Amino acid sequence: MAEPVHASPAHDEHHHEQSFWRKYIFSTDHKVIGVQYSVTGLAFLFFGFVLMMVMRWNLAYPGEPIPFIGSLLGDNRAPGGIMLPDFYNELGAMHGTIMVFLGVVPLAVGGFGNFVMPLQLGAPDMAFPRINMISYWCLFMGGVTMFASFFLPNGAAGNGWTSYSPLADIALNGQTAWLIGMIFLITSSLLGAINFITTAIQLRAPGMTWMRLPFFCWAQIVTAFLLLLAFPPLEAAGVLQLMDRVANTSFFIPEGLVVGGEVLDRSGGGSPLLWQHLFWFLAHPEVYVLILPAMGIVAEVIANNSRKPLWGYRSMVYSLIFLGFMSFIVWAHHMFITGMGSVMSTFFQTTTMIISIPSVIILSALFISLWGGSIRYNTPMLFALGFLPMFGIGGLTGLPLGLSAADIPLHDTYYVIGHFHYVVAPGTLFALFAGVYYWFPKVTGRKMNEFLGKLHFWPSLVFMNGVFFPMMIQGLNGVSRRLADGGISYDFAGEVAGLNRMMSVSAWCLALAQIPFIINFFMSIRNGEKAGRNPWNSTTVEWLAPSPAPHGNFDQPIEVVRGPYEYSVPGSDKDYVPQAEPAST
Amino acid sequence: MEIPYTVEAHPETGLNNGKIGIWLFLTSEVMLFGALFATFIMLRIGSDGNWAAMQAEAELNIPLATVNTAVLIASSLTMVMAWASLMRGQLGRFKLFGWLTVGCGGIFLVIKYFEYTAKFDHHHYPESSTFLAIYFAMTGLHALHVIGGMAWNAYFTGPGSKVFHTNRQWLTDRVEHSGLFWHFVDLVWIFLFPVFYLL
Repeated sequence: MAEPVHASPAHDEHHHEQSFWRKYIFSTDHKVIGVQYSVTGLAFLFFGFVLMMVMRWNLAYPGEPIPFIGSLLGDNRAPGGIMLPDFYNELGAMHGTIMVFLGVVPLAVGGFGNFVMPLQLGAPDMAFPRINMISYWCLFMGGVTMFASFFLPNGAAGNGWTSYSPLADIALNGQTAWLIGMIFLITSSLLGAINFITTAIQLRAPGMTWMRLPFFCWAQIVTAFLLLLAFPPLEAAGVLQLMDRVANTSFFIPEGLVVGGEVLDRSGGGSPLLWQHLFWFLAHPEVYVLILPAMGIVAEVIANNSRKPLWGYRSMVYSLIFLGFMSFIVWAHHMFITGMGSVMSTFFQTTTMIISIPSVIILSALFISLWGGSIRYNTPMLFALGFLPMFGIGGLTGLPLGLSAADIPLHDTYYVIGHFHYVVAPGTLFALFAGVYYWFPKVTGRKMNEFLGKLHFWPSLVFMNGVFFPMMIQGLNGVSRRLADGGISYDFAGEVAGLNRMMSVSAWCLALAQIPFIINFFMSIRNGEKAGRNPWNSTTVEWLAPSPAPHGNFDQPIEVVRGPYEYSVPGSDKDYVPQAEPAST
Repeated sequence: MEIPYTVEAHPETGLNNGKIGIWLFLTSEVMLFGALFATFIMLRIGSDGNWAAMQAEAELNIPLATVNTAVLIASSLTMVMAWASLMRGQLGRFKLFGWLTVGCGGIFLVIKYFEYTAKFDHHHYPESSTFLAIYFAMTGLHALHVIGGMAWNAYFTGPGSKVFHTNRQWLTDRVEHSGLFWHFVDLVWIFLFPVFYLL
């Protein structure tokens, strides 16, 4: 919203020199907010990864004391350094929550969306800069709430990231803090989504027609619509679950529920399945919130580094919009084992099969885009190329889960964990790394080191697969998920239980593989190779701004005159033709 | 640096940024209350025919709720009058209708307060039955929206109205946007009233 104009001379003098707090902490500049989001997201990704590494110890060596940190965890979590199952549940629930809501979404949407989208649109900033700032600080509050919940007397929420009722209604752990944290995070996403859509509708530079938008912007727009429309039902569900916990209502508690041998003293009459419907109505579109920005990043990087236009840009955009719509009517495929009737499951497995078609179109178009290109194998491109088969594995292993008959034996096994981690870990996370390497010069004015980048990529690719592929094998053998000891106490795990050690070692090696990235990230801020405005010889508009871009973004008026991916145009003297040319020339 | 189209309309969309923003916000509000109405339906279907008994036991006060419905509809009228006064450049009339709108919201809340305390006096709490639980959840969330709308309107009618002298169009637009929100909050009540009191 615009400030009313105050014509006081003192105001003008102070305009150019913003204080440290206004410039870096409570900034309204979309680029600063984007960096805030990204750094917060990366920090929480690291934290969520640490939680998982601790869990993996107990899966590989159940009942043995955790080395190094075991003694620090306290007697109520790990007496004698040996993890209690309750603590394992806390770690599991919070790993999921943090990775999804505080890691990937802030980085993919809040970070890249905020930083890159206005620049690609040729806009001076977001449409509502102050709402943008509030959005970040809501996320920050949500993150602090989630993090602090570990220090509650009964620990953090431990009911799975899905928080299924009635367990989550009556659990004595930090579920209430989880719900309050989620309400902050939902508010943050809502404010962000309104801002993104309004910016895309109103603030495109002259000549930036809808079909000249870079694919990344389309991905962000569809993502914003998903956040806008899918999160409110979870907010409603969160409020109801909060009432169940603090006001003793029975929204999700059936009549005559027996807890600890006694009938629970509640009015009853509620429906546990209602929570699942409301939750998955959000959480299925949320899956696409995780993957669409990643597809957007990969499309940009692939077009740039194959020096070719994206193959089938229009069909990719239409697929994206179709994906957005369809993602609202597939949610119950997460609930096939709840005993829903065959009419319901037929409907939802049909929509689920249909929604795989646009994903395949996008992935195929990205593969075909590589055909005949003069590919540059730099670090962003390696991560983007890594994304394609990894997301492919994640997607294809999802098909059996979309069919009710095949889902029922697989649903509660490690197969599901393997499937969705292939989508979001070597899938989305690789795309996000590609984005970090690709846009780092625009943020800092310097490129990241190529050698350290490759030292980051290759071990990551190996160890990611080392972590997640054995999960598929375990799952097909019937090993249940959410067991604190990794299934060792069950006979069926016999043949495949040994894989747990391989997976855990892979996970710890994966952590080592991130060290080059961390060194590279901090080192390159000051010492990286200097990058000009357009270090990758790219066509899209963000590369016309100075690196780093000043407040207000562009030092010249932008007029867009052609589509976003005019690479290797026959007869052109360069192998790229920028989307917009400075109006003066 | 100026953000374009904060006041003037975009030549292609014909709207300013705030108008698009508030409509997007309202779509998400539709989803929020939509989920709650869906919950209402699920609870009612799943009540094994006990719903009418729970509703009778709750003893909701239909006359008071009818008055409240009238009060909110009246406040929507004064909201439009306030905006129309601004369009005509009549600051005094705008303030009069603005405060009337806020006042109607206040009357609504006072009546709601008496309804709630009457329930509590009879030991009807959210935990008593799923009917009362969803009643308190939805009317409570609606009351929070009324409070939000009152604060918004009170700001533009009171301290925010100074902008009238420097940037009248800006103020008029902002009042129009808060009016859209206010009408939405009224509309939610128009659904809540029959669903809880009459059906």
